[in-house]
Amino acid sequence: MVLIQLQDITKYYEMGTQVVKALDGINIDVYKNDYLAFIGSSGSGKSTMLNILGCLDKPTNGQYHLNGTNVENLDQNQLSEIRNKEIGFIFQSFNLLPRADALGNVMQPLIYRNISVRKRKEMAIEALTRVGLSDRIDHLPNQLSGGQRQRVAIARALVTQPSILLADEPTGNLDSRTTTEIMQLFDELHGEGHTLIIVTHENEIARHCHRIIEMKDGTIFNDSAVEKGSKELIN
Amino acid sequence: MLFALFESSRSALASIFAHRLRSFLTTLGIIIGVASVIAVVSVTQGMSAFIGDTFASLGTNSLTIQSYTPFEDQMKGIRSRLTPEDLELIERRAEGIASITPILYANRSSQIKYGSQTAFSQIMGTTYAYQDVAQSYTQLGRFLAQPDNLTRRRIAVIGEDVRENLSLPENPVNEYVEIGGEWFKIVGLLDSMGDAMGMSRDDIVLVPYTTMVSLQGNQARTDIQIQLSLSDSAELEEVTTQLTTLLRNAHNLSSDEDDDFRIQTAEQLMEEFNQIIGMVTVVIGGIVGISLLVGGIGIMNIMLVSVTERTREIGICKAIGAKRHHILMQFLIEALLLSLLGGLIGLATGFGLGTLIANTIPGFPSATIPLWSIALALGFSGFVGVLFGILPAAKAANLDPIDALRYE
Repeated sequence: MVLIQLQDITKYYEMGTQVVKALDGINIDVYKNDYLAFIGSSGSGKSTMLNILGCLDKPTNGQYHLNGTNVENLDQNQLSEIRNKEIGFIFQSFNLLPRADALGNVMQPLIYRNISVRKRKEMAIEALTRVGLSDRIDHLPNQLSGGQRQRVAIARALVTQPSILLADEPTGNLDSRTTTEIMQLFDELHGEGHTLIIVTHENEIARHCHRIIEMKDGTIFNDSAVEKGSKELIN
Repeated sequence: MLFALFESSRSALASIFAHRLRSFLTTLGIIIGVASVIAVVSVTQGMSAFIGDTFASLGTNSLTIQSYTPFEDQMKGIRSRLTPEDLELIERRAEGIASITPILYANRSSQIKYGSQTAFSQIMGTTYAYQDVAQSYTQLGRFLAQPDNLTRRRIAVIGEDVRENLSLPENPVNEYVEIGGEWFKIVGLLDSMGDAMGMSRDDIVLVPYTTMVSLQGNQARTDIQIQLSLSDSAELEEVTTQLTTLLRNAHNLSSDEDDDFRIQTAEQLMEEFNQIIGMVTVVIGGIVGISLLVGGIGIMNIMLVSVTERTREIGICKAIGAKRHHILMQFLIEALLLSLLGGLIGLATGFGLGTLIANTIPGFPSATIPLWSIALALGFSGFVGVLFGILPAAKAANLDPIDALRYE
């Protein structure tokens, strides 16, 4: 089942008189339960790709269908709703609300769905338990380690049961041991049927994925499936 | 909607209490503004309620006629007078009058003696009609009677304070006191009337009008005051016009000359007082308005800082699904709660201040806060909160999620 369909997506930025083509004619289909990595050096268009996939930004041209919805004609509020329903964001710098504890952070996206406090709490505890933080629910972000913070962020992404999990350099701020733990968690989530899209510049990370799209100068340079269980190095 | 409101209030409160000192300093402008308005209102309202009570007890259908000399004429040595002839004229010619009495104030010493005790009091010569006009009755003994005036008897009716000041017995009737070198027999003790505007109304001595006239001798051309009560208070206008015409004719005033007397009602006096209080309230209200405005700008300023500080948070919230109104609501409610909290603290402070003022000044009526002033203070501070919260809240709500997320 096709979850994401990108057709001739372009994104141009005007920098003074120059037009920068951040994305130039992208065509991708993402299927349910894909485990996909976007790789590429900085300036290759990864971040723009992520913003467009995450409905934070709109393409200059082209069509983007997300879970059957054409995103093109939606206004800011409708995009917020789509983000809330369809997308679970996982950021490099975690992006947790500093004044809310782990539970509060995970409950936050549910507020925008008008779910009652009790139900919210239930769902949030379930998500935190899934990422192995059931004993840390009343900790503030600055009382948690980097790995734990990223787990809270993953729980926050999971709690809304989105159709895709969108991770932007999820291990960029973590040490190697924690990186392994988080990647294991991603592997498990994929095993449970989630669709994961990871944007990274680390081949180590990309190797966990089953499909790797390499970007260069705003275009797709290489789109290749990786054999399941294969651990061979890319490039 | 209600749900979103509740959620926003919760997070707004959390954010207010997260920066306690800053929140307090932010609302200080509002606190001071509301506190001063409440303090002033509570004091003036206490005063006006008190004055209202006082005048109500004076009787609303009584009139006082006094001679009036403009200051310019006083400098020239001219004195207007009301004479016994004027009184007679009114008695004969005016209609709609229930009772009428002259009042002649002692123009020399107001000293009164009893044994070794000496006191000063307001000594007035009047008639039996005074008790109807002034609504003042005796608790012991009797009031002045008609025959007392005809025979210029040396008798007196005294107020409660006079009795106390002279250490007279509980029942002073039949005791003798000395006024202006003459002996007066006390025939009655008046009911206690309490204070009016800081002055005791029980510190009076009433003697027959004719007795007072003879006491003053003939060297002074008498200037009396006339007090009268109306048979129907609705006829106040007519009676006043009638009296004015009568007196102007009697005093031979030509049409371009001003009245040389004043006709006053208790109600008029009360209105004058209320006007002064109203003016004070309006002036203070203006000052407070400015102070609330400044307070509001302070809130806006801090809210703008807060929006900038929380740009990243706003970005996060937007990324995980917050719509414009969620963000708008949160910041607007935060501004509203800030100023409402300030309003509440100001209310308490203002009432405390008012009570303090009322208690420190002796004889001052106690402070009262009318409900409208509470509603006004909270309403206005809430209004200020919303007014000055809109700009920062709109700024927050309109942030682009990508820029906001990237903000360091």
